[in-house]
Amino acid sequence: MKTALKLAYRNLIGAGLRTWLNVIVLSFSFVVIIWMKGVLVGWDHQAKTDMANWEIGGGQYWHENYDPFDPFTFTESHTAVPEEFKTEIAAGNMEPMLVVQGTIYPQGRMQPVIIRGINPGQNIFKLPTQKLDTLTEAIPAIIGSVAARNLRVQTGDYVTIRWRDTNGMFDAAEIIITGVFSCNVPAVEAGKVYIPLEKLQSMVQLEGEATILTFRDSEKERPAIENWTLKPQSELTKSIDEIIQTKTAGQSVFYGILLLLAMLAIFDTQVLSIFRRQKEIGTYVALGYTRREVVGLFTVEGAMHSILAALVAAAYGIPFLAWQAKAGWTMPMDVSEYGMAVAQTLYPVYSTGLIVSTVFIVVLTTTIVSYWPSRKIAKMNPTEALRGRLQ
Amino acid sequence: MENNSIIQIKNLTKSFPTGKTNFIALRGIDLSLGTGEFTGLIGPSGSGKTTLLNIVGSLDTPTSGEAWVLNHSIGALSAKQAASLRKQNLGFIFQSYNLLAVHTVFENVEFPLLLLKYNASERKKMVMDALEWVGLTGKVKSKPPQLSGGECQRVAIARAMVKKPSLVLADEPTANLDASNSHHILQTMVKLNEELKTTFLFATHDEKVIGYLRRKIYLLDGKVDKDELTVGSKQSTVSSEK
Repeated sequence: MKTALKLAYRNLIGAGLRTWLNVIVLSFSFVVIIWMKGVLVGWDHQAKTDMANWEIGGGQYWHENYDPFDPFTFTESHTAVPEEFKTEIAAGNMEPMLVVQGTIYPQGRMQPVIIRGINPGQNIFKLPTQKLDTLTEAIPAIIGSVAARNLRVQTGDYVTIRWRDTNGMFDAAEIIITGVFSCNVPAVEAGKVYIPLEKLQSMVQLEGEATILTFRDSEKERPAIENWTLKPQSELTKSIDEIIQTKTAGQSVFYGILLLLAMLAIFDTQVLSIFRRQKEIGTYVALGYTRREVVGLFTVEGAMHSILAALVAAAYGIPFLAWQAKAGWTMPMDVSEYGMAVAQTLYPVYSTGLIVSTVFIVVLTTTIVSYWPSRKIAKMNPTEALRGRLQ
Repeated sequence: MENNSIIQIKNLTKSFPTGKTNFIALRGIDLSLGTGEFTGLIGPSGSGKTTLLNIVGSLDTPTSGEAWVLNHSIGALSAKQAASLRKQNLGFIFQSYNLLAVHTVFENVEFPLLLLKYNASERKKMVMDALEWVGLTGKVKSKPPQLSGGECQRVAIARAMVKKPSLVLADEPTANLDASNSHHILQTMVKLNEELKTTFLFATHDEKVIGYLRRKIYLLDGKVDKDELTVGSKQSTVSSEK
């Protein structure tokens, strides 16, 4: 094996430009695959972190009737905050939130909106709820930038909202936009208005009640509570995993095409080598190689392209990937309305597993592609090969 | 196999399928070669000399009959055993040199030693010795495309001789060389034959080579036509020149 490696290396280096063209094409595969996978992993990390920071904290309890995708459940999705959580809430480690369906009337237009009551002093979420802690004639409210753009409202604007209380009676009041925030989690922004919890509770006559309880610590063991469904962080971020998985599957097609191009170059080189190097093959046999060993030599030679490619890829890929991890990849278009948690700038994350698995897949594929045409050598007649006669 | 015989061939036949019929390249060859011989298989194209050389070199097998080389029956060897025989004991010199074009002169000559797993320092010494025999120590870093035909064949000789094999098989070694280079090459081989006692077996129809042979085996239509020992070969000239 050592001899085959040494000979293969000499043959490759000796082949000059032909080798380096293959190596460069293959090195692109390494770098692009690692970078694209890194972007997805980075997106996954960033999306989960953003969701935790803006929407789900360390996990949540949902009222058993609450279904975020069905606003008709909201009227039945509230109950008193359980006694056992009062201490945790007082310590700021759990935040109750009341969710109510309402209607907003910006510039006389009518649009449905979800009104969320939240404690202005909370610090589990990154929401700028401190802007709700103000004395105004109207109800202070904060709103996401996408929602603000859609509703055409901005900080300082007064807007009318309407809601139904617990008895089904309609009521309306003016809110004043005290803050417009920007975040990467669409579910936090889209069609939602945040007002002080106590205010909302009194508006709908549901004092002391909540729809969602968000806790800070994701590691802590949580008990089952009557009327409440525990939603651990992993369950709430499942949708992100699914999106990433779908994206990964889609990108695999791209990797496949990229690898296919690189493999085609290697395959071509191997076929051409076997065609052009018959005399050399005969010489190897005459000097003491078996035909199987020559097959091995040619396979090692082909596979070694990927090793050289890994080295070349490392030479320019490591600085590039490191720079990308630091500077991030800024999406060329506005991503705020993508409908999923995605930052404008994604920071790729490269794990050892990602790099090792990519290198392994490329080396394995190259080896198979190199072996495939080399099998022909095993059927060659060495005396014909020595004369360079095509077989 | 007879004692002192390096090659023993009995009633050897070799045929090749050509369409519906068989072409018989060798018909009942009987011959024996001793250690240290400088012998040639001589004959026109198609007489079977290369075929016989290939069988002796374990690159091909007999259709019938026996060919013993260094106590190995060629027809009975597995591919691995045949490769081992070539690797350990045989050296080849080809008409078109068959050097590895992308390797340097040093690497070409080193190749058989790599297969025999000599360590780096041993390899270096043996390669330099072999290159000294053929007068190419100044070209170690050159690649075959940078060498003349004569130099290429000298590299091929060095490659064949570097492991000091028992038997060297040379197929038309001077066919691509001019007269001056041919004599130089042949004188080198005579010198190595005398100094290292290596047996040389040529396949040739080149008069220049024939002039150096101590034994000439004439083949015609796949049969031994004449087998003669030569007294007045050019080797004596070489010796006197020395």
